[in-house]
This record gives sequence, structure tokens and C-alpha cells, in this order.
Amino acid sequence: MTAPVPGSAVRGDAVRQSLASFRREREADWKAFEALLARVEKRAPRTLSEEELLSLPLLYRSALSSLSVARATSLDNALVAYLEALSLRGYFYLYGARRGLRQRLADFFLHDWPEAIRDLWRETLVSVALMVIGIGAGAWLVASDKSWFDAIIPSSLAGGRGPDASAELLRSMLYDGDNGFLSGFAAYLFTHNVQVAILAFALGFAFAVPTVLLMLFNGCMIGALFQVYWSKGLGMELGGWLAIHGTTELFAIALAGAAGMRIGTSIAFPGELTRMAAAARAGRIAANAMVGVSVMLLFAGLLEGIGRQTITSDVTRYAIGGGMLALWIGYFYLFRMMRHGDR
Amino acid sequence: MAIGRRAAFAAIRPLITPEGVDLRIRLADAGTRASAFLLDIVFIAVAAIVITIVALFGAGGLGSEGFQPLFVVWIILIFFLRNAYFIVFEAGRRAATPGKRIVGIRVASRSGDGLSIDQVIARNLMREIEVFLPLSIIVGRSGTDLADTLTTVFGLVWTLLFALFPLFNRDRMRIGDLLAGTWVVEAPKRALLEDLSARQDAGTGAFRFSHAQLDAYGIAELHKLEEVLRRDDYFALRTVAETIGRKIGAAPQAHDARAFLTAYYGELRAHLERKLLLGNRRADKHQR
Repeated sequence: MTAPVPGSAVRGDAVRQSLASFRREREADWKAFEALLARVEKRAPRTLSEEELLSLPLLYRSALSSLSVARATSLDNALVAYLEALSLRGYFYLYGARRGLRQRLADFFLHDWPEAIRDLWRETLVSVALMVIGIGAGAWLVASDKSWFDAIIPSSLAGGRGPDASAELLRSMLYDGDNGFLSGFAAYLFTHNVQVAILAFALGFAFAVPTVLLMLFNGCMIGALFQVYWSKGLGMELGGWLAIHGTTELFAIALAGAAGMRIGTSIAFPGELTRMAAAARAGRIAANAMVGVSVMLLFAGLLEGIGRQTITSDVTRYAIGGGMLALWIGYFYLFRMMRHGDR
Repeated sequence: MAIGRRAAFAAIRPLITPEGVDLRIRLADAGTRASAFLLDIVFIAVAAIVITIVALFGAGGLGSEGFQPLFVVWIILIFFLRNAYFIVFEAGRRAATPGKRIVGIRVASRSGDGLSIDQVIARNLMREIEVFLPLSIIVGRSGTDLADTLTTVFGLVWTLLFALFPLFNRDRMRIGDLLAGTWVVEAPKRALLEDLSARQDAGTGAFRFSHAQLDAYGIAELHKLEEVLRRDDYFALRTVAETIGRKIGAAPQAHDARAFLTAYYGELRAHLERKLLLGNRRADKHQR
């Protein structure tokens, strides 16, 4: 042990004293902030008194200033780490401004959803066109060679329908409602369709190629089915059977495909933005559209599972299908004009 | 050491608050995120099993007429569990699923603004191709023909590219993160630990150090010493005390190791903090 050097120790002690008193004086504030944060993170801010609510930003700023002081003067790693974690929590809470649930829902249905769909109009047209091409191709293929039907529509889905089935069998499939299991069927259809729509959307990431294929193939299946019924003189009847829910469902699937295409194309061709920014922008529009798509598919599932089984008149089926389509188009594309007209 | 520090440094990103303070957020590494995800999967699976068991018992009790509403409830609940679990929790106040909370991470917007609900939805819908597509390819593998095997392998590689996407970019972003403009950061809850230089152990006061002795080390060594003292492992303390003793020419007794180190830590920190106040940040022992 060497001889003590009083001068150095005394000067060191003075620094130690002042830093210790910094911590002593500020510590109560930090603890209070931590306790408040723990409370507001668990429960709604409503549970705080007005005084506590007002003190929250003050305590946050005090923690931030303590962090700056500690970083500049203190070499206590644990203290700096604690203040960093505390400030970050406070930052996320205070600047993560959130709207109430009711406000958020209203915004979604009044602005975000129709705006997202309107923004996707070009992709929607492409996606509808792809489906129409698919329908044409499917019908043409089956008309030229019956065996294409089995290749396009898996036998589990066809359920006995096919080019060789009799007209009576085909007709009975359109009008037989087996009423035992309607709402269960509707729920199943809804979840299944949403899963397919999400897949069509997510696959858009691969530069939209799988989404395009999916849209074409979807069209092909409808086309093949149509050809079979048309050749038996049941085209109109099948149209009604499809239209009652199909206008909503196919529109929703086309929109999901459009959302996927938007993502794929904006990653491939970001334009003036950076690729990252373009992807993030497309992702947010597409996400809004996708929530809307699942709402539409919920309607489609109800119409298909319940409406189609109980309503067997062709005219009513066409009327409901057409009405739904008009409703969606009006809501997405015309609604805004009306509101602007009012102003 | 140098490599380790650089790796740790690479995961830190600036986040300047409107008050002008850089909060230096730390990105969560791939392992942490994988474990959070596995935890969430376990929670989802357990919840699904519980729901199914309850539904089966309910079906047994209600008989055939109660079966249908039960089936509807079951199918909707399972659907929500698969699609809404992540969205609902991440849209909440803490922006983290239970699994993420346990490992101390959360989702944040890359721009530093508040996380919005459409971002949360976008990042979670993409899970469909990141997780469920590879899974369905593995599960759906039926044929054993060579062509089938080849297409399966090809499909798997293709989908694994999506799943392993976070490993190929600097910010550890999933495809969902990329599309939503988010990233996952560490947001641990830390307790305020005791100030080691205020610690008064028996025998600490017996040690005094000269200027030359305190000049032996810099800030990096001080932080290592803090780590050792907080861990409080007897053998580590003894080894470190011996090393420091040799370097500064003091020979503490073996049973004094902790007191010696506490005393040296306190004085070294005061010494370096004093220098810091005078504008001299001595990063490590090599810096003069």
C-alpha cells in the first residue's frame, strides 16, 4: 500500500459528493415517473387524477434532462442504463398519441377505408381484368376439351359437378339448401375466404407475380364451372347462384389482389421515394384495404352461407347481388363526391 | 473485444426526441425475437387447445341442437386467435405481445412517430407468407415422387427466404416490418441499482490511491469493474483484484478483494468523472 495522497482524494470526493446529491435529489422524480408509467400502461389514462395527468410530461422532461446530465457527468453505467430505459418508455407512451376506439372506427369507415380503395383503383382494374381473362380462358379450355375441367377444379371442390353430370343434378345443386348447418357454414366460409384473401395479399410481396397467377386461376375456375352449366342451358341460373354473394366476394378478392399488387409493384418500381419508404407507404394503404376486405368477406360469407340457401328465386338472387355491388361501388367511389357536394 | 463491441454498436440507432435528446434505441436481435415468437406460439396453441376442449365438453353437454352455435363460436375464436392475436396486443398501449413483453422488446415506428393501427395490421398480415406458407408446404407434402420432392424443396427454399429475411438486413426487419415501416426494439424495464461508489463496506476506508495509481485505467475498464462488482462472484473478484493490484503496485489480501475493488472503483470513478468535468473523456487505458 502506497502512502495516501490527500489532495487527489479530497478533490475526487467533492465530485463524488455532487454526483451523489444529483442522484439523491432527482431519484424521487424518477421513481414517481416510473410508478405513473406502470399505471398508465396497464389501465386507461382515465384512472389518473388530473394532477397526475398533468405531471406526466413534466416528469418525462425531468427524466430526459437527468439522462443528459448523467451521460455528460456520471460514469455509473447502471444509472445511465436505467435513465435510458425510463426515458424510452416515457417517450413511447407520451408520443405514441392514440385516438379512442370510437374515433378510430369512425375514421376507418368514413375516410381510411374508402380512400385506400380509391387509391388502389388502377390495381383494382387490373385485378378485375385478370379475373375476366381467367373466366374467358377457363370457359374456352373446357369448351375445347372436357378433361380440362378436372385439371382446373379439384374433384373435392367440384362435388360431382362436371361436364358429364346430368342437368337435373346440376340444377339441384343450385337450389338445394341443406338447412341444417347454415350459420356454421357461413362462419367457415368467412374464415376460409379471409385466409385466401390474406394469402393473395401477402404473396404480392414477391413482385406481384403469385398474386397475378392467383387472380387468373380464380377466374379460370369460375369460367370452367360456367361453361359446364352454360352447355346445359343453366347459365342464367348459375349466374344467380353466384351473384348473390359473388359480387361481394369476388370484388373483395379482387381488392385483396389489388392490395398485393400495389405492394409488389411499389417494391419493384419505387419511383421517387426510396424503396423502403415506398414499401412502407404501400403497406399502410394495403393494410387499410385488407381490413376492409375482411369486412366485405364477412358479408359475403353471410350471404353465401345463409342467404343463398334460403333464397331460391333467381330474380331475388340477382337483385341482392346487384344491390350489394352497387352499394360497395357507391360507398367506395361515389360517397366522397356526395360529401364534397354537400359542402 | 473489439469485434464484440462493434457488433453491439451496430444494433444501436439514433432516436432524437422532440426535446433534442438522443435515446439511442437498441434493436432486438434475431434470437430474442425468435424466442418471443415461440412464446407467443405456445400461448396461442394452449389457448386453442383450451377453447377446443371447452367446446367439446359444451357439445357433449348441449346435445345436437346446441352444436351449431357452438361450432360458429369455435371457428370464429380460432380464426381470431390466428389472425388477431398479434394485431390486438401490438395495437395496445405497450405495443407488444405477451411473448415480446416477457423478453422485453416492443414494436416501434421507424420514423419515431407513434405506432398506428394500420402499421400493426400490415406487419402482421405478412406473417401469412413468413410463417404459415412454409408450414403449409411442409405439412402439405404428400407425394414422394422425385418431382414432388423437388418442388417441395424448391417451395421451401423460396418461402424460407421470406422467413429468414430479418437475418439479411441491417435493421433486422421482417418483411412485415419493411412494409409497415416498423422495427422491433428493446424496451426493458430496469430497476434503479445501488450506486457502487456510495457503498460503505467494512475496510473500504483503509485504501487510498495515488494519482499515478488512478491513472492506470480508463472508462472502459471502469465499466468492466462495475460489472464484476455487481455480479459479486468471489473468484472473479479475487482474480480482478490481483490483476489490478499487480498493475498499480498494491497487494491486497485475498479476503479483502471486494473491499479493495469497491474502494478502487469509487476513487477511479471520482477521478475519471473529475476529468470528464474538465472535458477529458478517457475512453480506455490506452488513451493518454
